[in-house]
Amino acid sequence: MKKILEGSRAIAETIKNIGVDVVSCYPITPQTHIVEDLAKFKADGEADYEYVRAESEFAAMSILVGASAAGARTYTATSSQGLLLMTEVLYNVAGMRLPIVMTDANRAISAPINIWNDQQDAVTVRDAGWIMLYGENNQEVCDLHVLAYKIAEACQIPVMVNLDGFVLTHTLEIIEIIDSKSIKKYLPAFKPSEKLDPKDPLTFGAFATPKHYMEIRQELHDDVVASKKMIAKEMTSFKKYFGRKLSLVDYYGDKSADTVVVAMGSVLGTIKDAIDELKKSGKKVGVLKVSSLRPFPAEEIIKEIGNKKNVIVIDKSLSLGEEGILAGELKRSFYGKSKATITSVIMGLGGRDITKEMIKKAITQAGKSRNQAVFIGK
Amino acid sequence: MKIKLTAKPGTTSEIKTGNWREQHYPEIDHEKCIGCGMCDTVCPEGICFNTGEKNKAGKFFYEKDLDYCKGCGLCAEACPVKAITMREEKK
Repeated sequence: MKKILEGSRAIAETIKNIGVDVVSCYPITPQTHIVEDLAKFKADGEADYEYVRAESEFAAMSILVGASAAGARTYTATSSQGLLLMTEVLYNVAGMRLPIVMTDANRAISAPINIWNDQQDAVTVRDAGWIMLYGENNQEVCDLHVLAYKIAEACQIPVMVNLDGFVLTHTLEIIEIIDSKSIKKYLPAFKPSEKLDPKDPLTFGAFATPKHYMEIRQELHDDVVASKKMIAKEMTSFKKYFGRKLSLVDYYGDKSADTVVVAMGSVLGTIKDAIDELKKSGKKVGVLKVSSLRPFPAEEIIKEIGNKKNVIVIDKSLSLGEEGILAGELKRSFYGKSKATITSVIMGLGGRDITKEMIKKAITQAGKSRNQAVFIGK
Repeated sequence: MKIKLTAKPGTTSEIKTGNWREQHYPEIDHEKCIGCGMCDTVCPEGICFNTGEKNKAGKFFYEKDLDYCKGCGLCAEACPVKAITMREEKK
């Protein structure tokens, strides 16, 4: 059924329909509405998950470690400083191969303190071993959550679904929420291969000496690499079940364009509008959406835009002193495989609105090769 | 995922941890010991135990298990009759 819903509410309804067993959260702007809604469903008797209001994000994720190890399907949501406070546990979750799903309402990082949207938080924990998906709009974000549980439980790798804080979390859209009956058909019940049981004790997260540690880390790496195939397969299957398209990368605009803008998240809508306007004035520019940062769809990106002349990567995050995170990923992937000139453009930090005019300004950077990022703030 | 990441608990009954000990170990004077069991109560590793044997004063005396002792010295601190001395260990 289609409804007009706030992004946060839509995510909460989706999580309720997925049938999670344990929700453990600590509120933080702009994620708060998601966990408030989940608490209300529980209080109103509409949901039967265990709802734990943790004393911090570190605790929220730690509680899920125990719950997930005990065989529960688990969920949490966070943002910005909250995600950073969880960092140590995030690495443990991935290392222990617990299929926890988390929403990150992307927000800027202090200091200066700032509660608005950019994408610096999630990229900061890029190397924790989590699968990291990015939604462009709230429909896609809700769909990605359903997909996330399928992938997490099949690959035994945790999944973080990212959406732009405020821009999506607090925006009302027409959304089709997938009902629990349909989700059940797509997503089988969570049956872990091993779980904590007082009758048959087991150690999770055990000590690993130099003799074993490296192979365990390599296996996690190999499995994150392999998860890309699984995600692509499940995205195809998702379309068969629910009729909506999900993809690792998605090209929009004129195929013959020699300049392409690459981005992740809600800014893609603005970029598409901007290049539609440019098209009217005779300038051909393409857009490539990237929906997954880990695993990184390098081959898919090269297949789509490897033959282009200029690639402009718009990042709402950066590695200070270097360039945008997505731009760096592209440069690494393109090395030796494409002759495109890649330019890193930083926009929208700390909630600065990105306008179509700024996008057009970014496009004028095409072909200007620099070693460091270009900032466009107005 | 092929590598088994979980383990059965209780592996320390096979793997001795006493070689992590810092450079002191407790020595218990059996004749001074009054068998109060304070060393056993405070030991984080549970390595002080009642031997079931009596000293000349007719008290059950305690002994330590160096296979697991970490050398923290809590037993020596807590002993009410100063029957435990921390000795330097030459490794």
